[in-house]
Parts: sequence; C-alpha cells; structure tokens
Amino acid sequence: MSAPLLTVTDLTVAFRSDEGMVTAVDRVSFAVAPGEVLGIVGESGSGKSVSALAVMGLLDKAASRVSGEILFEGENLLALSEKRMRTIRGRRIGMIFQEPMTSLNPVFSIGDQIVETIVHHERLGRQAARERAVAMLDKVGIPSARRRLDDYPHQLSGGMRQRVMIAMALACSPKLLLADEPTTALDVTIQAQLLDLLRDLQAELGMAVVVITHNMGVIAEFADRVSVFYAGRVAETAPAEALFDRPSHPYTRGLLASTPEMAEETDRLRTIPGTLPSLAKPPPGCRFAPRCDWAVALCDARRPPLEMVGEGHASACLRAAEVAGGTVA
Amino acid sequence: MAAVDADSLRGPGLLERLRPGRTARRLMRNRAFVLGAILLTVVAVVTLLAPWISPSDPNRMAVRFRFREPSWEYPFGTDNLGRNMVSRVLWGGRLSLEIGLWVVMLNAVFGVMLGAVSGYFRRLDGLLMRVADALMAFPSVLLAIGIAAALGPSVTTVVIALAVVYIPRTARVLRASVLVVRELDYVQAARACGASDLRILLRHVLPNCMAPLIVQLSFVFAYAVLSEAVLSFLGLGAPPTTPSWGILIAEGRSYIREATWLTAIPGAAIAVTVLGLNLLGDGLRDVLDPRLKVDAR
Amino acid sequence: MSAREPLLSVTGLTKHFPVREGLVVEREVGRVRAVDDVSFTIGHGETLGLVGESGCGKSTTGRLVLRLIEATGGSVSFEGRDVLALPPAELRALRGAMQIVFQDPYGALDPRMTVEDIITEPLAIQGGHSGPQLAQEARRLLDVVGLASAHARRYPHEFSGGQRQRIGIARAIAPKPKFIVCDEAVSALDVSVQAQIVNLLQDLQQEMGLSYLFIAHDLAVVKHISDRVAVMYLGHVVEIAGKRDLYADPRHPYTQALLDAVPVRHPRLRRKRARLTGEIPSPLDPPPGCRFHRRCPLAQAVCSAERPLLREILPGHQVACHFAETTGKSPVTGPKP
Repeated sequence: MSAPLLTVTDLTVAFRSDEGMVTAVDRVSFAVAPGEVLGIVGESGSGKSVSALAVMGLLDKAASRVSGEILFEGENLLALSEKRMRTIRGRRIGMIFQEPMTSLNPVFSIGDQIVETIVHHERLGRQAARERAVAMLDKVGIPSARRRLDDYPHQLSGGMRQRVMIAMALACSPKLLLADEPTTALDVTIQAQLLDLLRDLQAELGMAVVVITHNMGVIAEFADRVSVFYAGRVAETAPAEALFDRPSHPYTRGLLASTPEMAEETDRLRTIPGTLPSLAKPPPGCRFAPRCDWAVALCDARRPPLEMVGEGHASACLRAAEVAGGTVA
Repeated sequence: MAAVDADSLRGPGLLERLRPGRTARRLMRNRAFVLGAILLTVVAVVTLLAPWISPSDPNRMAVRFRFREPSWEYPFGTDNLGRNMVSRVLWGGRLSLEIGLWVVMLNAVFGVMLGAVSGYFRRLDGLLMRVADALMAFPSVLLAIGIAAALGPSVTTVVIALAVVYIPRTARVLRASVLVVRELDYVQAARACGASDLRILLRHVLPNCMAPLIVQLSFVFAYAVLSEAVLSFLGLGAPPTTPSWGILIAEGRSYIREATWLTAIPGAAIAVTVLGLNLLGDGLRDVLDPRLKVDAR
Repeated sequence: MSAREPLLSVTGLTKHFPVREGLVVEREVGRVRAVDDVSFTIGHGETLGLVGESGCGKSTTGRLVLRLIEATGGSVSFEGRDVLALPPAELRALRGAMQIVFQDPYGALDPRMTVEDIITEPLAIQGGHSGPQLAQEARRLLDVVGLASAHARRYPHEFSGGQRQRIGIARAIAPKPKFIVCDEAVSALDVSVQAQIVNLLQDLQQEMGLSYLFIAHDLAVVKHISDRVAVMYLGHVVEIAGKRDLYADPRHPYTQALLDAVPVRHPRLRRKRARLTGEIPSPLDPPPGCRFHRRCPLAQAVCSAERPLLREILPGHQVACHFAETTGKSPVTGPKP
C-alpha cells in the first residue's frame, strides 16, 4: 500500500446538547490510500456523517468541538484557516450529499453552478469553464449535455440531479471524493446506474473515494476497504472481501445477518436486540456490549482496542477470533 | 435519545421539535422572548392596576396646573386642561390594550375558523382566499380608516375595523399550516381509523398548527395597538373622554412645540408595547418554527 | 392461496389526478395517470408484496384500497363488500378492519398526543370503551408490540425510530383488523431495527391471521416477507407471481431489470451488468402501448401500438408482456392458457 492520501487519527467530535456534551465521534481513526475506495458503513447515530463533515471542515464551530488529526496530503486540515480550507474544499476534496435536490441551488442553472465551482478554484475564463462543464456533464452520462447546461435543478429527475452533483464535485479533478449516502434517496435501478458510474469514474480518474452508507449492498458493490462504525467508534475495519468472509466483530455479524439476502431464504431474520445507546450516557466499556451475545464482564470494563486479526483486518472486540470463527458463545 | 448525528440535525423537523418541556426551556434561553415578556408584563401590570395606582382621576381638570413639565410631582407632566398625564397614560393603556386583545380574540376565532375551513375543506378555499386577497390588497391602515369612517367613531368601530383588516392575514397563516398538517401521515392514520372530519380537525390538525398561529397573533396584537393609535389620532376611535394612547397623541398634537411630553410619552408607551410584542413574537418564532432559524443559542 | 374467496379483491383500480390551471376559473390541462387499471387479490392470512420505483403508483394503490383517497374507477371488494361504493357511515364502521402502517415513524404519530391516546384512538372512535378499559388495552397492545407498558404516558418524541414504528403498529392492530397496508413500513429504519420490525409483523400475522399488502421498494425485504409479489411500473401492474417464481424466473423485462439492479451480497459477486437505461417517463404523458417499451431491450413494433394486458402464462404467474412466453429462463411451450 502506498502512503495514504488521507489519514484520520483519533478524531473526536463533541456537540453541545440539552443533555450536556455529546461525543458523536470518539477517537476514530481511518486512512484512505490514493485511488482507493473506502466504505464507511453504520446506522444512524454511528458518527459516519459527522466524521465526513469534520474532514470537510463543515461542522458548525460554535456548536461542536473537534480534536485529533486529519492529515490530507501531509497537511493537518484541522489546523488550517477557514480561508485555506476553502481552497481545499471543492478543489482537492469533492463532496456529494444524499439529497441532490437541496444540495443544488434552485435559482441558478446547473451550468452556472458547475462553472461557478470551476472559476472559483481555477484561473479559467468563463468560456473555458463552460466547455469543461459540458465535458463533465457528458462524462457523468447526461444526454445532450450542452443543451442541459441551462436547465434548472427542478427540471431534472433525482438521478440526473445526483449526476450533476457528481459532475460538480469532480469538475476540479479532486484527489478525494467524499460521498455521503450518494444513492440512498434513489431507486434501485438508478442506484445501480450511479454506482456503475462512480466506479467507472473512480477508475478513470484514479481518485480515492470515501463512500458513507448504511447499505451493505453499496459496500459489496463498490468498496475496496470497509470501516464499520458503531455509536461513534470504529468497530471493525477490513478489506471488503475479508469483511464479508470473516466478520470479526459481533456488530458486523449482526448487521450482515439482519440484512435480508436476495439468495437465502429464512423464516426469521436475525436481529440485533435493543437499540443504539445514548451518546450522552454511553456504556462504559465497549459500546456494543449491552446488545452483544458475546459480551463478557471485561467488555463493560474498558474500551476494547482495534487489534489486527488478519491482513489489513482489525476488530475492536476482545473475542474477535472466536467471533470470526462464528460459534455463538 | 441523543442521537447527535447529521441525520438528527436534518431529521424530523418542525413537529419533532415542539416538545412541551423543552420548548419552555428554550424560550427561557431566548433573549428576545425574555426581554419582550418582561416589557409586556410591566406594561400589562401597570395598566391593569391603573385604578389603584393612578395618582388621580384621568379626567380631573386643574386649570391652575396646566402644561406642567414632567417633575417629581407630575412625572409625565400635565396637559392643556391640567390633567395628570400619569393617570391618563395608565388609563389610556387600558383601552389600547383592551382593543388589542379584542382584535386578537376576534382573529383567533374567525381567522382560525376561516383558515381551517379553507385549508381543510378545500371546496371553499378558492372563494375564501380570493376574498382574503382582495382585502389584503388594500393598505391596511387605509382599509381600517374606510371601515371606521363608515361605521362612525367608537371603540367598537375600531375593534371591528382592525379585526376585518387582520383576520384575512391570520386566516392565510393558519390555512398554510393546515395544508401541511392535513397531509401528514398521522392525519391519514386517524382517517383510516374512521375518525370524522371534525375530530381530525380539532384533535389532530389544529393543535399542530398552534405555533405559527401564536406567533401571528402576537404580531396582530402589536399592529392593533399601533393602528388603534392611528385611528384615534384621526378622530375615528374612542370618544375623547375615554383616553387611549392614540387619543392622547391626537390631543397633544396641537401643543407639540410647547409641550413635547404630551405626545412623546404616550408615543413611547406605544413604542415599548409594540417592541415588547415584536420581541415576544420573534422569540416565539425562533423557538417554535426552526425552519426560519435554527436554535438561537 | 386458499380456495376460498379472497379477502380482498381489487379490479381495474384507477386513479387519475387532474392537473388544473387558471387563476379564477380552473380548467383541466392534463391528468396524471398514477394508477391505471390495477387488479390483484389477497387471500386470508396472505402477504402480497407490491414493489416498484418511486412514482410507479404503489403507495397510491395502497391508499386507494383503504379509500383514503377516492378512486377514479374500478372496484375494491373486501369480504364481499364494495369498499369504494360504501356510504360514509358504513365506511367508517369498516375502517377498523382495514388498517395502515406508514413509512415515516416521525410523521405517523401526532406529536401532541401520548402513546396511550395514539394507540387507543381507533377504539375511542369506535366507542363503547371506558377510560380504564382503554388504558388497560393500551398496556396490552404495547406489550404485544414489545414495548414496556410504562411507556404509555410518554410522547412520541421520547422514542427511537424503531420504537415509534412499534407504536404505529400497535395503533394499527388495536381495532383487530383483518388486513393491513404496510406502506414502506420498514424502509426508513436502520438495518438492525428493520429486521426486528419485519419479525414483529410476521409474528402478528401468525397470531392474528392478518393479511398484508406490503408496499416497499426494497426487493430483499419484500422477498422475505411476501407470499406473492406484484411489480408495478408507471401505474400498471406488469407482473404478479408467487415469490419463488418471481425471483427465480422473472418474465417481464422490467422485473428482470429491477432484480438485476439489486446490489450483490458479496464483493466477489460483482459483475458488469446490462443496466436499464433512461428514466421512468412522466405519468402525465405515459408512452402509448406498453409503458415500458422505450426502455425495453426486447421492444418490437407491437409494443408501442398495443398495451399488453396482464395474462396468466404459468399457473399463478401473470405477466403483462407481449413476449412473456419467451422472456424467461425456459420458454413456455404448448397452448397459451
């Protein structure tokens, strides 16, 4: 593996809330190599979206406290000024969001919005920027791109808007693309089209992608490596195939088992009992322990460290080896 | 649960945030609301207590003491007939606020009825809203003057004129909320359970439209106090024997050069009241309607 | 399916939403054909899955069946009674027997009512229960759906998404219905919670002998919970079959494309697929003939001229495609049924 493009170390994000400080992300670490697709999977409240916003420097500074280190191409993003950050956002790191409707400004044509991004970041005339915009729209598979340039967001379908978002995010050829639930709001056939598109573009442009999702299917289709988030921490991180072959954290196992599979037929779905813990008053040791079939006394005592269980495969479970073996305690 | 995630910041929105206990706490933390509430409480208490704390009858003349400047003895001075302005401002406030309250109540009843009928039973919607639009197309003060002139000067006239002016606005605000709420799943669920329209309207729709209504009514109150002053100033309001703030200003107008306080002090009273109501309304809106502004901490 | 009369039988159900324009006098300038000539049956204790992409009319179909919106045409027969023709009083009396569970666990519960009031509202509307009886029933219902009875006096905002969905289910089963429309009932939930709710729905079905119309866009969940599955495209049902037949041997090109688009379940199974191109046309101006023909890899001239009707090509397997006999894994031979 070459030197990572993005290294996040001990990222912690806390928010002020009615119940006091809530640690939404608790000493989370992950890394992305150039040209790699990292999937971050987790349920709501897992801290996956907050982590992405922290990388982009988009968290409200008045309401949150961020610590740790986010190294991108050797620079610590957390130490950069807002002005400096603006030159990185959009140019060197692109981002696409879940809601393609609200992420595009309804009063400007899509062409204007892409041109705006390009002109903002590069010394390029409007005409040249317009040509680039046409090329980008073409690249993301928008038919008769030159004509669609003057369309407004509401004239496009959800899938088309998400393509425009991708064109905008990639207009300045970023090294890294953050995709936060990019296909969640879309239908399954459109999701398939977009995942194909993202995979093609990623290979063609050689950029790294962090895809954030709650959907194991998106991970299976798209990710090279996976980090599983639970309640603000990394539960497990592994190459995609290894994760599906040998899930080594009880939460990962539960997540896979409770996804109704297309090929298998079972009478009852496996479930994870209980609900997510309150982040204001999290369990003392492992945050999954209260819902875990494998939990032992030690699990409540301290936070289990992420430890290697295989090639590039780490699990934050004291009984990772047994869990991977698959025999329930 | 405190699932603080970007998801929960987007999440449930307006309805989710309307929590009784939490709303009260957030209101107490909202500076605009607290300041507005303090101003209004002071104004309300002082005017309510007018019969007991007024130094004298507001209409008692003492020609020897006319045009006294504000002093220890007469904090607000005296007018051209030597009447004590403290008494007149206190009693005048009673009338002004009373008119405001009547207008608010009429708005609450008829604005809600029209808005609810229009928004919920769409059949009458077109007609009602066109009428409302027509009424709203007139400048509000001009319309009020027209109505008041037609009915002849009296307190009732002022109340009716202002109610007619503001009810369409309130109805519009309520109709907009009803249109949103009537499509929500819990309304559909009630219908699926066999609930009648009246039950749905009273139990599910209206209670969930209260937040914007309360905000709207606080602004109506402010406008009513202000417009009452205008109508009285023009001689279309209460008879001069029952002082309201508008009448005090009208009376003081002739002496505005020699006795500035006769207009300035009732003017300030109106300003403080309207400011208090507007602050209160802003605070309520910030807390109850987070679409316009997220948590003002 | 039992040989008995089906519990619910929908025939030619149609809903056109008029599009009106005009400032003072409105006139109709078009019609959104949201649901067009939809027919299906649901047996006692059976689950019919209804899948399709957004805008295909599946949610509208669910609400039409319950008469939460009025249909433009067609009939819905529930236990032999024509739901769409019932006078209002009789309809209200029937409502308890046909219930609905919604997608959005936040929007489905009145935020200003306690859980107890929410789940007993159907009973309060029916009348004939005293206050203490309602309170007792509320506790029983909470227990049935797996919530602590101590929750009865709380408000919806105090619950997580999954718990709210349980409350919504408690409300739906309160009037002891025979039939429940589950309108994307598990779509908004996290995976682990979704599995809990799916299991709960299946348990309730067993205990109460419920029939479900299970509307969803997630094909995996639908396959898990359904006995039979109907696929909708642009207001039409294009295929209905028992779930094993439908998933193993889809006959309509749209069903095939839909199944092909489902994400793989293991990274090693990734493959390059022939993706469906284009997007769903507007229901305001649907293509003539087969509504799928402009995106269909198999389309012929006849497809744009003539609308293929739903017909049974194998026992229990209905398809609305002119070429249904040859689209499957094994061509259907012999005389057409």
